Amino acid sequence: MARTSAPLHHAHLPWLLLVALLTTLPHSRYQPLWLTAVAGLVLLGVAWQWRQGYQVARNWLKLLLVMAGCAGILLHYKTLFGRDAGVAMLVLFMALKLLELKHRRDAIVLVTLGYFLLLTHYFYSQSIPTGLWLLGTTLVITACLIHLHGAPQASPRTSLATSGKLLLQALPFMVLLYLLFPRITGPLWGLPQDAHAGRTGLSDTMSPGNISELAQSGEIALRAFFNGPVPPPEQRYWRGPVLDSYDGRTWRTGRSENRAPGLEHTGPALHYTLTLEAHNQRWLLPLEMPASLPDPPGLEARIDSNGLVQARNPLKSRQRVEFTSSPDYRMGVMESPQVLWRNLQLPEGFNPRTLALGRSWQQRHPQPRQRVQAALDHFRQEPFIYTLRPPFLGQQAMDEFLFNTRRGFCEHYASAFVILMRAAGVPARVVTGYQGGEINPVDGFLVVRQSDAHAWAEVWLEGQGWVRVDPTAAISPARIETGIASALPEGEPLPMLVDARLDWLLSMRNQWEAINNRWNQLVLGYNPERQRELFARLGFQDADWKTMGTALGISMGTLLLLLAAWVFRPVRENDPALAIWRRAIRHLERRGIACPPWETPLALARRLEQEAPELAPAVAELAQLVTTARYHPGSPRMEPLRLALKRLLRR
Amino acid sequence: MIHLRLPGRWLARLTQPRRSESGPIRLNRRRIYILPTRAGFLYLATLLIMLLGAINYDLALGHALVFLLTGLGLAGMLHTQRNLLGLELAASGQEPVTAGELAHFRISVRNPAPRPRISLEWSDARRTLPPLLQHIPPGYSTTLQLPIPAVQRGWLELPPLRLASRYPLGLFEAWAHPWPEARCLVYPRPHFTPLPPGLATGSTGDRHGHEGQEDFAGLRERQPADSPRHIAWKAAARDMGNRPLQVKTFSGGAREELWLDWDAAHGDAEQRLSQLTAWVMDAEAAGLDYGLRLPGCQFPPARGPAHRHRCLEALALYAA
Repeated sequence: MARTSAPLHHAHLPWLLLVALLTTLPHSRYQPLWLTAVAGLVLLGVAWQWRQGYQVARNWLKLLLVMAGCAGILLHYKTLFGRDAGVAMLVLFMALKLLELKHRRDAIVLVTLGYFLLLTHYFYSQSIPTGLWLLGTTLVITACLIHLHGAPQASPRTSLATSGKLLLQALPFMVLLYLLFPRITGPLWGLPQDAHAGRTGLSDTMSPGNISELAQSGEIALRAFFNGPVPPPEQRYWRGPVLDSYDGRTWRTGRSENRAPGLEHTGPALHYTLTLEAHNQRWLLPLEMPASLPDPPGLEARIDSNGLVQARNPLKSRQRVEFTSSPDYRMGVMESPQVLWRNLQLPEGFNPRTLALGRSWQQRHPQPRQRVQAALDHFRQEPFIYTLRPPFLGQQAMDEFLFNTRRGFCEHYASAFVILMRAAGVPARVVTGYQGGEINPVDGFLVVRQSDAHAWAEVWLEGQGWVRVDPTAAISPARIETGIASALPEGEPLPMLVDARLDWLLSMRNQWEAINNRWNQLVLGYNPERQRELFARLGFQDADWKTMGTALGISMGTLLLLLAAWVFRPVRENDPALAIWRRAIRHLERRGIACPPWETPLALARRLEQEAPELAPAVAELAQLVTTARYHPGSPRMEPLRLALKRLLRR
Repeated sequence: MIHLRLPGRWLARLTQPRRSESGPIRLNRRRIYILPTRAGFLYLATLLIMLLGAINYDLALGHALVFLLTGLGLAGMLHTQRNLLGLELAASGQEPVTAGELAHFRISVRNPAPRPRISLEWSDARRTLPPLLQHIPPGYSTTLQLPIPAVQRGWLELPPLRLASRYPLGLFEAWAHPWPEARCLVYPRPHFTPLPPGLATGSTGDRHGHEGQEDFAGLRERQPADSPRHIAWKAAARDMGNRPLQVKTFSGGAREELWLDWDAAHGDAEQRLSQLTAWVMDAEAAGLDYGLRLPGCQFPPARGPAHRHRCLEALALYAA
């Protein structure tokens, strides 16, 4: 016999509205305005209907809304699939499901959709606040599910309390599954185009304005934890893309060979762990210069002839890698003449005055080292200003910068310096990356932000190889030694959280970022590699799927049994008088006297007068006491009852 | 939710008890079965898709959410089972009914635990009855009236019951098939035809011991079928209710004697039983003295609810 689902009670409607609201509202930040408006109108309409009397919407209206919504999404995203369009579809369906709530079945579908929508929020943020917000929403959705299956007149408090209790009991399972469920490195299938949109970070080209734009972001680019002393600020150069090809305006990465750059380390090595934020590029940003590369499986880090360390695939998620670097090194002493020639090339017809200045140094100074010094002296002596807001530069950008405006950010200085060197016959190239970083006193991590983005230069000198020269240090030594916040004049558009001038803000920021870092390291950074480490620590070296599955199965089973033992623990009779009476009943039943549960104590006692006269007086006494104890106002004394029970049991 | 037809039947047969039990039944864990509902399977499928999404997009918190919801489902399973665990129930029959009516069996349920039992769904094991919903507060006992159609005359046994619950999450359904022993007498379905001619005695209370309605003749112990109007309340009040209730008996009054005879009825055995049933009811309603004569037994003329019941019981249990 097929039975239809229970009809929906009017009291369920506000719960369902709340679920729809909480699960779709955070998406309004990312989705087109019209979709938010449609969903909001539907919600308002249903809320109004709740007061007036709910009715399922007409079929034509639902069909119209579905068609219009899908068409809108198709127009906006150019697809119905993909990450963002898919989320938009879910939001649309969530809103429209509210229009056809007839049975409990419909409500259950809506609740399930709500759970699913929770997941999609993590596409955009996995921070602690998002996690907390979603935990709260899970509580509400679960309370809604409980309300759907309980008494419709149950108070919201009861449903929420039950939901909280269930979620608390679910927590141990979550922790266990999180740690032991065999982790797979995604993706399982090709991700849609928009899967990792909107990541900030360095790029592989540089034109005036790029880095100063990036430097206005307080976002964290990487964190480093040193096993040992932290290198001083002037050694904290995090090496990114090497740009050696210039077209008059933009620097690009040129050709590089897939071979090591000929590194010799002359100083002690530093061991450290880098936690790189996802930047959707392949480079890894180690401290100059790496002596050993990380080797987690799947990463396949390589160093190319320009000294850039790259992974096989772009970093789509936060990545933890271990490096060894040594700040004392010699690189490319035996650099091939072909590479040196490439690093002397300049485009025709650009920046004639700059080229003339460079050439004049070549004639005046026979030694390349002297020419480098001449350029640095030039920057130091002329009135150059270090600023995040350089004026706009025209066609002959470097000429204007060097001879007219003289206001620039690191990319201007690095670019101008390299052009001057090349004109002076010294092979030179631009290196981008980050410089500096700040130690968070709370957890000892060195934090490097986008505002630490930097560009510097490398020149090749006979017998020394590629030598780092940072022209910015010549203009503003403070930038290198204490960071960007103290190097910039007042009123520069720095992100508030980077501004070191606010002490209280700084300490709060440090606390918060240390918590976030722990969250990232411990929770979000838990990956297949860390899982293997955990298993190794538990005594399973090289745990495979089978071991993990067995461990998971056994521990889940144990946990379930423990929870069952707790949930099914025998309940104590909450009424002591009744507990005593039940012991008496058990005694009587053992002696072959049937005691149906509906019989009151006094009725039983009267029945026993005939059926078992030898027991009747004792039962009658106890029955009288139990009845008095249960129905007498105030809390009765239990002692006489216990004595009467003892007398009965002795019979 | 719509239940899948075949597995439902098959499961019911598999989990049904073989025989009814006398005495109160306490639902322990061995008696409670549990399986996911359709909503539970939908939930599971959603979790799987969410897990794939979390893996594919490498969402650490997505993993955490899926695992939290997995734990939630498991905890919900235990709580669904607990919603039935420890309930105590017993059943009792009720006043006889005639075939074609509904016999309302009384099921008394006690919740000994300090927590409420929510959304208990009562039905019979074959699920032919519309389900009855019940909530029991902590420590309460309630009585439920379960209407079972009385189809045939004779004893109607309480069928195996089905007590189910999906609370709290609806992802699992726990059920038990308690089968408390209880039965109810079903009189034959009456087929009303005119009463056969009676034999008027016309005598007024000359026969000793025959009860009438006019003259007070004394007291005797009350029997369940006696009308409450005849209880000697004053006598009961005098002895403080310590002795059984007495009823007043009367004698006298004009009477007509009527024999309802198997041979006077027509048709096959069942039809005759139906006619006789209707005659007993009519004769009692008309205030006549009537006797019943069946092959193998007879009841001398009398009247009153007790006599009526004796006659109808004989008809109900008559073995053709």
